[in-house]
Amino acid sequence: MRSFFLRTAVRVLLPMLLLFSIYLFLRGHNEPGGGFVAGLTAAAAWSLYAIAFDSRHARAAFRVEPRRLIATGLLVILASGLISTFSGRSYLSGIWFSLPVPGLGDIDLGTPVLFDLGVFMTVIGVTLGIVFSLEEVEE
Amino acid sequence: MSITVLSGLAGSLLAAPLQRTAPRRAGWLLALLPLGLFIYFLTLLGPVSAGRTLVETLPWAPGLGVEFSFYLDGLGLLMALLVSGIGALVLVYAGGYLEGHPQLGRMYAFLLVFMSAMLGVVLSGHLLTTFLFWELTSISSFLLIGFDHKDETSRKSALQALLVTGGGGLAMLAGLVLLNQAAGTLSIPALLASSPDLLKHPLAGPAAALILLGAFTKSAQFPFHFWLPNAMAAPTPVSAYLHSATMVKAGVFLILRLGPVLGDHPLWTPLVSLTGAVTLLLGAWMALSQTDLKRLLAYSTVSMLGLLTLLGGLRTPLALEAAVVFLFAHALYKGALFMVAGAVDHETGTRDVTRLGGLARRMPQTAAAALPAGLSMAALPPLFGFIAKEVVYEAALESGLFAFAAVFAASAVTVFAAAVIAVEVFWARPAGSPPREPHEAPLALRLGPLVLAGLGLLAGLLPGPLDRALLSPAAAGLVGHPLQPGLALWHGLTPLLAYSALTFAAGALLYLARRPLRRLAAALTAGFGPDRLYDLAYAGVFRLAAWQTGLLQHGTLRYYLNLTVLAATGLVGTVLLLYGGLNMPAAFPGATFYEVLIAALILLAAGFAITTRSRLGAVAALGVVGYGVAAIFLLFGAPDLAMTQFLIESLTVILFVLAFYHLPDFERFSSRRTRLRDMLVAMLAGVLMTVLTLSAVGIQIFPTISSYYAQAALPEAHGRNITNVILVDFRGFDTLGENVVLALAAIGVFALLKFPKRRQP
Repeated sequence: MRSFFLRTAVRVLLPMLLLFSIYLFLRGHNEPGGGFVAGLTAAAAWSLYAIAFDSRHARAAFRVEPRRLIATGLLVILASGLISTFSGRSYLSGIWFSLPVPGLGDIDLGTPVLFDLGVFMTVIGVTLGIVFSLEEVEE
Repeated sequence: MSITVLSGLAGSLLAAPLQRTAPRRAGWLLALLPLGLFIYFLTLLGPVSAGRTLVETLPWAPGLGVEFSFYLDGLGLLMALLVSGIGALVLVYAGGYLEGHPQLGRMYAFLLVFMSAMLGVVLSGHLLTTFLFWELTSISSFLLIGFDHKDETSRKSALQALLVTGGGGLAMLAGLVLLNQAAGTLSIPALLASSPDLLKHPLAGPAAALILLGAFTKSAQFPFHFWLPNAMAAPTPVSAYLHSATMVKAGVFLILRLGPVLGDHPLWTPLVSLTGAVTLLLGAWMALSQTDLKRLLAYSTVSMLGLLTLLGGLRTPLALEAAVVFLFAHALYKGALFMVAGAVDHETGTRDVTRLGGLARRMPQTAAAALPAGLSMAALPPLFGFIAKEVVYEAALESGLFAFAAVFAASAVTVFAAAVIAVEVFWARPAGSPPREPHEAPLALRLGPLVLAGLGLLAGLLPGPLDRALLSPAAAGLVGHPLQPGLALWHGLTPLLAYSALTFAAGALLYLARRPLRRLAAALTAGFGPDRLYDLAYAGVFRLAAWQTGLLQHGTLRYYLNLTVLAATGLVGTVLLLYGGLNMPAAFPGATFYEVLIAALILLAAGFAITTRSRLGAVAALGVVGYGVAAIFLLFGAPDLAMTQFLIESLTVILFVLAFYHLPDFERFSSRRTRLRDMLVAMLAGVLMTVLTLSAVGIQIFPTISSYYAQAALPEAHGRNITNVILVDFRGFDTLGENVVLALAAIGVFALLKFPKRRQP
């Protein structure tokens, strides 16, 4: 599958898909979207890249070892829950605060955002880990 | 109290680094921690002997009535003093015994973890807290027995101890659950105050039996006694600490602790005292043939644990007092003698009594520790063991001839065992020669036995203060009313004194006849026992696992699928039919044009998937089916679900294609018959799912929760997308679990793909 057209298309598509994935992630709390879907989108984009080129190139471009991403994602999830534990509430309960950003108004930030980020990372790590390793199986 | 209990865990983290920075002093420094705890517990003697109990409760899972709670009374204080005091000595001893061992730091760490766990057991105020620490002692015992992990015997013994005591722990947990049902609480102060009506509850008997099973395995009672002698594969500091002085007494402790709660149940006294009596005699009998010092002491320990259990079963005030007094005496002399055996082993290279003798000249200080400890074990005045044995005899006489005869016989063997280790090893003419030229043990190895033996002597000379401050309050909590402290070295010329003298004479005779006796006992005991039974059961479990794995996990994907689908369909279908779950809606609402269109598309794609001869075609067709389902989600207003479904379908096709890349072409197609069978299975599953879904629509058992989510999403979780709010906030814990599952699946895939394939033989 070393098609010139696919490669050219992927070069353009990848950044757009990744941007879209971030968009999905950010809007997720209020509109359809969220960490899981965003993670799948990003993973699909990179899978496309891995098919168009090969997993070695894809790994090099992706830079992060997927297994490390899985571990980091899980740790972020665990940590997001601990924040509320240490502020005296039960594990994983959401804590929110408003951050005034000039030009955008008040932005609500909370531990569930961190939680969602962890989900996002884990999903990307799991999917890409499997896709890359499947591509690298030797006969 | 929680801090004192948990400090050992913190200390264990320090052990390894400390061992690296100060290899010669680490044991002494670490011993300061248990020593500090010991001193702290000493300061509690005053209030506790005045009859106060200390309680500390931390909420754990308040909704379930589970507390992390501590409770200190006389019995708990006695045990805590033993655990912390002997713990300090053992840490020092381990430093000498394993000097230069590369994993000495790990040994310290395990010992401290165990100390924490054991303190937790004896000071816990809630039976679930007890259970938690109880299991932790089993685990630390496993790690300590298997310390020499390169040795197969060590590993096997460690696993055996873990399986036996862990299995008993599970039985105990079941018993605790039943007790909770019967009594409504597992809090120890509440249980102690519970009414006698508890015993009339139908679950009280099973609860008592299961909890006792756990206690019996832990305290090495017949028929579970075999793990304890095998646990002698552990380094001697471990044997001295866990397997004689403290951990094996956890079962006895629990029997004593729960005696006031469940002891009046008709099951209790026969079960506990009979088990104790059998263990008492069996341990004594097995001790006769042992020539390995540690195994001799181990069987003697089994026997004495039987005695404690017997006393805990009899439950007369005198028996309970005797149990407390004897428990204390036994911990002192047996801990000392184990350390002596270890010192001898360390200096001579053998523990075989037939190769030892006359060591008193070469190891005078070790001999000086062994002698009082041995005399205390042989129950000679003026040692504390004598006083304890007098009380035990008094209690046994009171409950009848049988109990007394059993105690008498076992005590004679105890005198014999004491003579072997304290006299034969040090004073008798050498029968053989040890592998190494013996010389005096270093201070670290002498300190423990000297202190413990010295305490035994001191307690024997001055029993009064000890009795008033520690032992009487401990027994009083068990009996239920204050006791008159009455321990004394000299009671006058009583029948008890005559019995003691007779016991000593019988033991001395056994000792003099030791050589033929060993041969005779060895010939009579060879080759049977529960140890063999354990081996058979152990091998049986593996055979069963191999058989059922071969049956269910045969490695053919098609049969896996068939089996899984059939099992699920069969189980769900049976329940649905038997319990009248069928609830089909009377009328179906009409379908819109788009719904019909998508349904037709799904059906077409599914038909294509099963008839095509191209693998890629089949997978793509399945992808179309999935897209169709996603489209339906979209029609019914679930955009999140639809979006996810679209992505999952796309990724699944990609993964399939990547996997297919490595597979050979479709060449051999299955026969008509197999396909027919597979079709039937698939249709069965499909029909069941359809029926189930249609039935579920009309059933509403609980009020729907979606309106709550809809209302609470914005004010409480700051989000308008309910699906996502549920995922990351309301049901965050579920999502956490799902992510862990995802990660595990990925690790499984890595393992399958990355590890080199093993060739089939």
